[in-house]
Amino acid sequence: MQRLGCSLASCALILFGAGAAEAQDSVKIGLIMPYSGQFADTAAQMDNGIKLYMKQHGDTLGSAKVEFVRKDTGGIAPDIAKRLTQEAIVRDHADILGGFVLTPNALAAADVSAEAKKFMVVMNAATSIITTKSPYLTRTSLTTPQLNYTLGTWAAKNGIKKIYTMVSDYGPGIDAETWFQKGFKDDGGEIVGSVRFPVANPDFSAFVQRAKDTSPDAIYVWVPGGAQPAAVGKALAERAIDTAKTKVLGQDALTAESALKSMGDQALGIIMVANYDYNLDSPTNKAFVQAYNEDFHRNPDFFSVGGYDGMHLIDAALQKTGGKTDGDSLIAAAKGMAWESPRGPMSIDPQTRDVVQTVHIFKVEKVGGELRNVEIDKVPDVKDPGHMTN
Amino acid sequence: MPPVFGVLFDGVAYGMLLFLLSVGLSVTLGMMNFVNLAHCSFAMLGGYVTVTLMNFFGWPFFATLPAAFIAAAVVSIVLERAVFRRFYHASDLDQCLLTIGVVFVSIAAAAYIYGTDQQPVRLPDFLRGSIALAGLNFAAYRLFLITVALLITVLLVVALEMTRFGAQIRAAVNNQRMARGLGIDVDRAFAITFALGSGLAGLGGALAIAMVGLDPSFAFTYLIYVLIVVSVGGLGSIFGSFAAAILLGVSDIAGKYYVPAIGSFLIYLVMIGLIMARPRGLFGRRQA
Amino acid sequence: MTSATIAAPHDYLQTQTRWRWPEIGFWLATLSPFVLAPDYLLLASQVAIAALFVLSLDLILGFAGMVSLGHAAYFGVGAYTAGLVSKWGWGEPLTGLLIAGLVAGAFGYLTSFIIARFRHLPLIMITLGIGLLLQEAANSASWLTGGFDGLQGIHTWPIAGKFHFDLYGYTAYGYALAVLFLIFLGARRLTHSPFGLALRGIRDNGERMRAIGAPTRSHIRTIYTIAGMIAGIAGALLAQTTETVSLEVLGFQRSADVLVMLILGGVGRLYGGLLGAIVYMVARDQFSGLNPQYWYFWIGLLLIAVVLVLPNGLLGGLSLLARRLKAAS
Repeated sequence: MQRLGCSLASCALILFGAGAAEAQDSVKIGLIMPYSGQFADTAAQMDNGIKLYMKQHGDTLGSAKVEFVRKDTGGIAPDIAKRLTQEAIVRDHADILGGFVLTPNALAAADVSAEAKKFMVVMNAATSIITTKSPYLTRTSLTTPQLNYTLGTWAAKNGIKKIYTMVSDYGPGIDAETWFQKGFKDDGGEIVGSVRFPVANPDFSAFVQRAKDTSPDAIYVWVPGGAQPAAVGKALAERAIDTAKTKVLGQDALTAESALKSMGDQALGIIMVANYDYNLDSPTNKAFVQAYNEDFHRNPDFFSVGGYDGMHLIDAALQKTGGKTDGDSLIAAAKGMAWESPRGPMSIDPQTRDVVQTVHIFKVEKVGGELRNVEIDKVPDVKDPGHMTN
Repeated sequence: MPPVFGVLFDGVAYGMLLFLLSVGLSVTLGMMNFVNLAHCSFAMLGGYVTVTLMNFFGWPFFATLPAAFIAAAVVSIVLERAVFRRFYHASDLDQCLLTIGVVFVSIAAAAYIYGTDQQPVRLPDFLRGSIALAGLNFAAYRLFLITVALLITVLLVVALEMTRFGAQIRAAVNNQRMARGLGIDVDRAFAITFALGSGLAGLGGALAIAMVGLDPSFAFTYLIYVLIVVSVGGLGSIFGSFAAAILLGVSDIAGKYYVPAIGSFLIYLVMIGLIMARPRGLFGRRQA
Repeated sequence: MTSATIAAPHDYLQTQTRWRWPEIGFWLATLSPFVLAPDYLLLASQVAIAALFVLSLDLILGFAGMVSLGHAAYFGVGAYTAGLVSKWGWGEPLTGLLIAGLVAGAFGYLTSFIIARFRHLPLIMITLGIGLLLQEAANSASWLTGGFDGLQGIHTWPIAGKFHFDLYGYTAYGYALAVLFLIFLGARRLTHSPFGLALRGIRDNGERMRAIGAPTRSHIRTIYTIAGMIAGIAGALLAQTTETVSLEVLGFQRSADVLVMLILGGVGRLYGGLLGAIVYMVARDQFSGLNPQYWYFWIGLLLIAVVLVLPNGLLGGLSLLARRLKAAS
């Protein structure tokens, strides 16, 4: 009898002990994204990346079962994003915050992350200052300066001397313009002219004409995703821009899959900078794309990989902290984390908590009768230059 | 040729697109005073019909245009008979709320069926690219758009001025009570006009894809531009819509080319200025 | 003219201004989230702010008959003013609120000179144009407004030095509700005054009002200024309680939303606007939670259903029902 009692007591001790060491056996992650509205497709792609990672890892991260709480911001709505983030923490008891497609929403939520001391992973929003808003915040996507400064220096080093830049006249576009021009001029290039067009601009022919008037070696275009990339392509065709003579440079969204379908052969020769494209030729990526195609019947894009890698980071951090979900432990674990992603090697800078990754340069070419982004160059281990000047 | 002609050409083409999208609303607002904010949902419907026929059924581009027109017209007749008809004498606000509800439903339906991504459409080769003339490049698609719009304008004017039905419509727009008193079946005239106007919007939506793109938010985005054209041009006037559309299209494009810094402001400034100067619109026949 | 007929309008107004028990019940019910749904206080605070915004629109639309598709302009001016005042170092909420209200009111006063001259469609388009212009201007002046990223660096001090804005929203809701109630009292007094009657006269038949010598333009300017001020205060509340301001406070979406909320609830009844705000915001939150991608669909159906079944909005339908029940009994 006594022996039984002792062994029962020791069993209980072991169980309690195990419970204490493993801080939590289930983790709740609040995903705050624009599931409805204009940006719904980007949220869908990001969510797909998240779902794929969870499927490949048996719905556990670290060694804990994961529950997701999905909240819809409906688009650019920092007041709603902030409230949803607060509700995720207060009402749904989320331990970790993820998602964040849009910068204003990410900035608003960062305040909550700082106040509530919750680990926050930004999986898309690309403005440099976001990571400075909360000491518990990290990012697995990209920053606008990271891509555009690299493209600028690449362009200057690869035979382009005079360039005309045109960007959308709002935060991200102006950011892109500033850093591209900086990179280009730092390596000896000359900006022969620039223009900023209104955000809701359906028609680019007037601006392409202005560019053409200055006879540059190349034209740099920055537009947000959506209808505009295809419209840019149309304008280039209408103004008879030959990409062999006048190169066209841009950032990821310009030659996204749907844009290429609309532009047709006019897109051939466009040079684009991105942190990811589904055409990347590496075994890791090929496996990723195949799994993605099977589950979702479409190709992944940089939103998908932002979500996928975001989950990987949370997984690795939880493994490192042994299941502890408080902000301090997780962010300490995340700093310096490095791994091989479908986009190539990437890591989290320990000082800025921002993403360090390979920046790829692509060119649109015809492969097997279809238009694809083919990698023509890359720059490894690029840190965000935006933080270096701050 | 100096670049101003290129800018004018582009502006006129953009204006023609706005005209096709707006003319239906101008006439139906002028005739029945029915505030149909769902007008651009019909345009969006026409666009999606074209996309579906081309991408899923392999129809050639030109064949999808009449289909877009007919589909939008048919759906509008159904909606008009079933729902809108009861609200002709309701308050402006109720009409607004009803039609906004329809817009919301249409946006959600489009997102559900087609997703929120941009819809790609491959134009036939001869409509791509541009024609070089006297040192300027004239986009082939814009030429096509202008041609189609002018053709339709001529047809509309002929129908309105030289047919009996057209006379009935003009009478109903000018003075509904009198027209009824003379025995004109105003309700039937309105139903047909509504279908025609919505059909034209559908056609406009189909033609718009290759110029400004198509996604579920189209119904809201272009509503603003259509309202601007209709209010500047004047209710119930085809010529008013035509003039306003060209004016706004040209000033928008010219503004962006010559003074990009205020390019986005120009269309709103022009609108406010014109409405303040002529509250009835340029050629309005009815006080809204 | 006997003294009885002169007294009649006065008595009419007196009976209108008496507090009825449904009103008292409503305001007591607004306190219930503190106890019954403390997890929803943040949503409740945003509902209260929306209700205040809708109230301001009701004053010009329901009582003066002016349809505006750009009312968010005043909301946005108030929000940015409060945000900037806080950013520049003065984070005291109550004074910040007053300053924002005054600036928005001044903007309302200036624009009222243009707006008072128009009705119907021209008015709608001009208000729409002003709203869109202001949003573009705010985007261009990103050195001031923070542009697309939004205004950063807003920090609201605790109210009266004691009530800190917490994560759960107790202070936010209490603050917003108190402001809403006080302004509502003012609006209620205003609409049940001779001025309020004059506004209704202008709404129903402007020409006749002018014929009897009422200064219609001046009345419209006055109510428009007041409405602008109230909208600005609502915007300032949003800026202070969420510590965020971005371009969409000036956007067409916000103007359209407030119009829908007002029509949904019922125009010209003050409480209609409040009810519409509550129903729309709660429905949106719930539908959005159920099915994020397609909540638009259910909201659209809700709007269509309300128009088909309840003319004059929810409150109009409810009062019709109440009258029918009373007649039946």
